[in-house]
Amino acid sequence: MRNLVILGAGTAGTMMLNKLAPVLDKDEWRITIVDQNETHYYQPGFLFIPFGIYTPKDVVKPKRDFFPAGVDARFGKIDKIEPQSNRILMQDGKVLPYDFLIIATGSQIAPGEIEGMTGAGWQKNIFDFYTLEGTTALAKFLKYWDGGKLVLNIAEMPIKCPVAPLEFVFLADWWFTEQGLRDQVEIEFVTPLDGAFTKPKASQVFGDFLGKKSIKLTPDFNLARVEPEANKIVSWEEQEVTYDLLVTIPTNMGDPVIERSGMGDELNFIPTDKHTLRSKKYENIFVIGDATDLPSSKAGSVAHFESEVLFENLLSAIDNRPLRAAFDGHANCYIESGFGKGILIDFNYTTEPLPGKFPLPGVGPFSLLEETKMNHYGKLMFRWMYWNLLLKGAELPIESQMLMAGKRA
Amino acid sequence: MATREIAGVTLDFDEDGYLSDASAWNETIAAELAKEEGLETLTERHFQVINFMRQEFEANGTGPSIRRLTKASGVPTKELYQLFPGGPAKKAARIAGIKKPHGCI
Repeated sequence: MRNLVILGAGTAGTMMLNKLAPVLDKDEWRITIVDQNETHYYQPGFLFIPFGIYTPKDVVKPKRDFFPAGVDARFGKIDKIEPQSNRILMQDGKVLPYDFLIIATGSQIAPGEIEGMTGAGWQKNIFDFYTLEGTTALAKFLKYWDGGKLVLNIAEMPIKCPVAPLEFVFLADWWFTEQGLRDQVEIEFVTPLDGAFTKPKASQVFGDFLGKKSIKLTPDFNLARVEPEANKIVSWEEQEVTYDLLVTIPTNMGDPVIERSGMGDELNFIPTDKHTLRSKKYENIFVIGDATDLPSSKAGSVAHFESEVLFENLLSAIDNRPLRAAFDGHANCYIESGFGKGILIDFNYTTEPLPGKFPLPGVGPFSLLEETKMNHYGKLMFRWMYWNLLLKGAELPIESQMLMAGKRA
Repeated sequence: MATREIAGVTLDFDEDGYLSDASAWNETIAAELAKEEGLETLTERHFQVINFMRQEFEANGTGPSIRRLTKASGVPTKELYQLFPGGPAKKAARIAGIKKPHGCI
């Protein structure tokens, strides 16, 4: 018997499991999936909770519901990966040997990395929306808030879903308008980037949206510390921004198990070949999703496109053949812009987001880099696709490689 | 791509304004590039960062992130921002003659 172990049953790990289980011969392969948590979170939904669009029950399901039959599922904490001896040590003392390993342990917020962040203001007037706990606490706060200065701050890059902070302020603008509170609320978007987004054309489009919605943009702000007593954030260059409500995107890091195993960089992300998705150091280890150090977005769509490449390459590696499939950095993101509209962007390592139609060139129904109602419906529809198609490894009508057709350069 | 003469040498720059060939770099060129970035003099501490960046670039093909600099260059974050106001990773990379770091996505 040979062993394939998948670490992490989030979006990426679950997709890989569902792709591989039907094709690997059950008499030859034992597939084990490991996770410390039994609940699957639909993370894109966290954004909607503060504004009462979703409630926690809309974004959780048991992980087991998405596992195919005949798979060895282990819920427990991993002590360490030992890549030299091809085995996983669990905290309960069990040992899992592997012939091939897929690491899909994701990324998480690390608010403790920033001085003062988790001090007196944490979950009082400082909230994150990247955890279910944070986003539900923020929903409660907003319900009773009568206005003031809302500051959204990105502590440092890279972060999971780089468009989510923009969506948050767009939705906040809409929500406060609906509540009749918009004239009582000042919104400021404070980012370490030199503009609203990472890529030039999209950055300009999103910057214009911020202006139209009277959201102040403060770029080039590298967060050094939070001073909760004075309600202000301070940059390394002693620039200060005061707030009444701070919505923070703290430092994002890979799982601590990666650090314990000595396999990560400064942020616990694993050095990974950006085309083959194989670990740069170990031939029988592949890495997928947020756990990699790839220069691509950390997002579910990226994990989905990667899953098709990883599927092919893992099967080639098992057969001792060269790895032919190459990931191009493809990402596809729906951006809620408020008032029932949305913007869509589609890009990869080398091509920045461009205007056009998607997925059918010239037809759509979605419009790239433009605000439409159809794009908003696309985002809402996606939750159904996520639970029913994507996690189960089904084919979606979108190519894993980015296409230039339909785009205007 | 643009070609300019700096410190008596003709040099190629990429579309981001960073030196195309890191091996064409020397300390006199660094001093000139630093002036373009608004730094009149480069101290020993500046060179500690610059030399570290060049080593990292040679080893990994990309410049280090601020976190990597803080952890391994021996210069703390606060001082990095004092030495290279406005963004140590990008500014120091340009002066060090290496490519623009692709840290942010």
